[in-house]
This record gives sequence, C-alpha cells and structure tokens, in this order.
Amino acid sequence: MIAFVLRRLLQALVVIAAVAFIAFMLFQFVGDPVTNLLGQDATPEQRQQLRADLGLDQPFVVQFARFAGNALQGEFGISLRQGRKVSTLLAERFPATLELALLAAVMAMLMGIPLGVYAALRRGTFMSQAVMTGSLLGVSLPNFLIGILLILVFAVLLKWLPSFGRGDVVALGPITSALLTVDGLRHLILPAFTLSLFPMALVLRLVRSEMLEVLRTDYIKFARARGLPDRLVYFRHALKNTLVPVITVTGLQLGNIIAFAIVTETVFQWPGMGLLFIQAVQFADIPVMAAYLCLIALVFVSINLVVDLLYFAVDPRLRIERSAGGH
Amino acid sequence: MARDPMTPSTSSAADAVSPAPSPAARPPGALARFLDGDVWHSFRTSPMAIGAAVIALFCVVCALFAPWLAPHNPLDLASLDLMDARLPPAWDAEGKAKYLLGTDDQGRDILSALMYGTRISLFVGLASVALSLVLGVGLGLLAGFVGGRIDGFIMRVCDVMLSFPSILIALLIDGVGRALVPQGHEALAFVVLIISISLTGWVQYARTVRGSTLVERQKEYVQAARVIGVSSARIMRRHVLPNVLGPVLVLATIQIALAIITEATLSFLGVGVPPTSPSLGTLIRIGQDFLFSGEWWITIFPGVVLVMIALSVNLLGDWLRDALNPRLR
Repeated sequence: MIAFVLRRLLQALVVIAAVAFIAFMLFQFVGDPVTNLLGQDATPEQRQQLRADLGLDQPFVVQFARFAGNALQGEFGISLRQGRKVSTLLAERFPATLELALLAAVMAMLMGIPLGVYAALRRGTFMSQAVMTGSLLGVSLPNFLIGILLILVFAVLLKWLPSFGRGDVVALGPITSALLTVDGLRHLILPAFTLSLFPMALVLRLVRSEMLEVLRTDYIKFARARGLPDRLVYFRHALKNTLVPVITVTGLQLGNIIAFAIVTETVFQWPGMGLLFIQAVQFADIPVMAAYLCLIALVFVSINLVVDLLYFAVDPRLRIERSAGGH
Repeated sequence: MARDPMTPSTSSAADAVSPAPSPAARPPGALARFLDGDVWHSFRTSPMAIGAAVIALFCVVCALFAPWLAPHNPLDLASLDLMDARLPPAWDAEGKAKYLLGTDDQGRDILSALMYGTRISLFVGLASVALSLVLGVGLGLLAGFVGGRIDGFIMRVCDVMLSFPSILIALLIDGVGRALVPQGHEALAFVVLIISISLTGWVQYARTVRGSTLVERQKEYVQAARVIGVSSARIMRRHVLPNVLGPVLVLATIQIALAIITEATLSFLGVGVPPTSPSLGTLIRIGQDFLFSGEWWITIFPGVVLVMIALSVNLLGDWLRDALNPRLR
C-alpha cells in the first residue's frame, strides 16, 4: 500500500517537473523578455544591465531553480499584454472557472446517472434508444456548436436566459461567486449545461453498461429469489456497485471539464481562466500561458492522484492483485 | 483500398521470405484481399455505411471542386457588394435567388464560403491525420519492435500526453508556434496548425501499433525472417507493418473526424487558420456575432456542414471497425 502511494506520488512529481520544465523553456526560447521590457531601441548597455538584474546571465540550472522556486510561490512574472502580475490575474479568474466546472460536474452526475439506470432497466424500449442516440450526439457534437445552438434557442429566440458574462457576483472575502445571486445563477445555467453534456453522455453510457453487467450477477438473482421488491434490488444492490467506476470517471472528467471550459468560456464570454488563456495564446503572452499550464498540470495531477488513491481504498480486489503481482 | 480480387498480387507473395509453413503465417497479400472481399460485402449490406459514405463523398466533391461548383468566389474581395450584406436564405421573402443560403456581413455568398471553407477544413484535417499517422505508426513500430529503453521512453511520453485533454495540448503547441513564428505568415500559420493537431493525435496510433507489434514479433514468420538474416528495419517495414495496419485504418477514419473538429474548435477560438482563408470554424466564429440580431444563417449553416462531415466520417469509422473485426461477424 505505502509503496503504491509512494510510486504514484513520485510519478505525479515527475509529471509536474516535466511540465514546469516545458514552461521554463517557453520563457527561455520563445520571446525575449529583455526586448519585451525595454522595447526595440534600447542601448546594448541597458540590455546588459537588465540581463544582469534579471539574472539572465546566470547558468541554465540556476535560472531553472529560480524559476521553479518562484513557480512554487505562484509567481510567474508580469503579463506581457495586460502589464499586471500573472498571479493576480489567475487568482481573479480562478473562482469563475471553478464554479462553472463544479456545477457542470454535478449536473453531469445528476442527469447522467438516472438516465443511465433508466436506459439499462428499460433496455430495448423506444425511450431508452432515444436516450442512447442522444448521448451519442452529446459525445460527437463539437462543444462550441452546442453552446451556440443553446444561445440561439434560449437567449435569442425565447429570451429566457442571458447569453454572456457572469452577471451579479457576491464577494466572499477574496473570491467572488455567482452562485449566490439569482442573476448570477441565470448566467450560469447555459454555460454549465453546455459544459456538462459531454461528461453526462460518458457517465450515462458507463452507468448503463455497468448496470447491465451487475444485473447479470448471481447476487442480484439471489436478491430477486428472496423476493425483494424491484426498487430495492435495482437501487440498493445494483446501483451501489456501479458507482465506484462512475465516481472515478467523473473525477477524471473534472480535469477535462476544466480544459474544455476554455471553449465554453469563449462562447459565453465567461470571465474565467480559459478565456484568459485563449487570449494569451492569441497574443503569445508567454507568462500567462506558462502559469496556466503549470496550474492545470497541478490540478490534473492532483485529481488523478486522489482518484487513484480513492479507487485503491474503495475496491479491495485491486489491493490483492497489486500485492500478489508486485515486484 | 479496393483491390481487384481477380489479379493475385504476386509481388507481395514473392516477397514473403518463408513459403508459409503454417496457416498462421499467410502472405499479407492474401489476407488483405480476403478482408477486402468481406469488407465490400458488409458495406453493400449496411444502409448506414452507404448513407454516411454518400454524405461524406458529397462534401468531399463540393470541397474539391469548389472553384468550379461554387456560384461565387468568396475570396475575391472585388466581387463583394456591401448592398447584398446579411441577406437571408433564398426561401425567405427578403432573400435573393442569387444567394441560395444568404450572405454574411460583407455580402459574401454563404454557400460558396461553405464550399471553400470545407475545402480548408478537410485539407487541414487530412494533412494532420496523415502526419500523425506516419509519426505514430513509426514510433509505435519502433517501440514495439525494439523494446527496452526506447519503448519505455516513448510510452512514458504517451502516458503524459494522454493524461491531458488533446484540445489543451493542441492549443499549447499552437500558442508556442504562434509565438515563434512572426505574425502575418499565412503559409506558416497553416503549418503550425497542422503540426499542433498532429502532435496531439499520434499517441493513439503509437499505442495501437505497439500493442499489435508486440504480438506480431513473437510469430513464426518474423523469426523465420530473422533466421535467414533479414535486417530489423526491413522486417519492420515489409513484414510487421502490413500486419498491424488493420486497426490503424479504423483509428485513422475516426481521427479524421476528430482532427476536423479540433481544427474547427481552434479556428473558432481564433487561433486556427488565418482569417483570410476561412474554414468552417472561422465561419462559425464570424457568424456568432450576428446571432443576436437574428441573422442565424451565417453561423448555423457552417455548423450543420461541420456536424454532417464529423457524423458521417464517425459512422464510417464505426462501420469499418465492425467490418474489420472478425469476432463481431
């Protein structure tokens, strides 16, 4: 157990280090910070002075160590486009993306699990076929197109919901939230729904196939033979055993949701990290790109790690296999 | 792909080093022809596959012959008339018969823009799939056949890349490319885009090919080739490669749809093809601004075409996977 945890931790650290190195290389080889700060027509002496001030004349390893040290404290320098500290920019944008992603994940589970159970129990009926076809569309339609269609229907034609921005937000200490105002919630619905469709389709299909698997097992047959009502068999005995992989997949999807928020935030002009990142890519704003990259890597690696450990803790079969085959 | 079953491909049979001592070591030519016959039969009997193929073919023909088929030239700025801007489709009372699907904000014919846009989308999609195919199959063969440290290194890179969503990696490579390349170089913008999409796609091929190569490597025909002194490079290329290409073909079909969607997404985000040669994604991006004033046709028609292409290619891929999988028959 401890060996497994340590190995996973080590792998996570290697990935983080690799990503940090890539981010550092971006700084080193893409764009010249001296030119960026001083402009094109600085004298060679000024450049030399600034290089020394910034520590750019020191050995590669020393520079990387300094970069890593700063990154650990969340410092990535100054945005080339906005002229503000990258850490401040990201801190401003992070809550917006987080609440969007979390709401999308919750929506995906709340809609995906019941629909998946339904499609498994009523297999072959017209409605369950319709649900499965719909889920296929959810997987194959491009995310931004779904968002545009939703805007067209709900914002332009029906005029029910606003289509861009975050609406009224409430400040809770340093972070802001749109979850606490009616206006903010109205702004959240369309982007969160758009973002939730892809993971919802995945959860739905997974729950359905897992349910079909479980319903074939002996203990379900036995529960039926005992004369337990269907409701109890399906929801207490069958569904419970399908939820472990579902939680795992949703957890892993959380990272994907945060990444796909880039697209959704662009469609709905949601002021989150994704929008910040895409503007950074458009203007080749390296410090913002590097910081976003490191932050996303950290989020991804921690989610993967937590899910791995959870899975390991929940499923005892995995423990036996690991210790038997371990070397 | 469609090979005439009546003409035996003697070249590949003669090339096989051992005269097929066991049924497991058939010459690749025979296997390929066998599959071709069956695949063709399964295609003819699947209405879904035929429908998808017809739609895909229609889009390809429209794109390929856009300069001759399109009623207007959307890239010729001189022919644009601002008086004709934002006209609805021809069936609308305000539309003009000249512009079947209406016009955009610059008076550009949507139908013609769609044809040219599809051309660019398909070009970028196919080019990036081709590039990632070559890269992935090559690295996968190398990893599976050589093994050891090279294998370990390639697979670790795959693992890291797979743990991040492909759109993020494509965006990142694209961003770096844009920072490195001076602005305003149109041809380079295409190259950066194609490279960034293909560098995210190769992982799938590499893993598939590595898996099959590990299986093929153990087989007798490879040992036989080794024994008579055929070089490793030649064994990989002439003997292992043809036997691992089946799953790759299925993967490539599905990846085409994925690459086209990735291109559209990047262009929609404004970091794809240069604005002077708009792809489907660019057209959708342009149209989004006019959604609120009720001009839905500027953005919906490119969207419909994009979905049509992605869906038909995906359906073809699904069918091909079933058709090539003997266990499902």
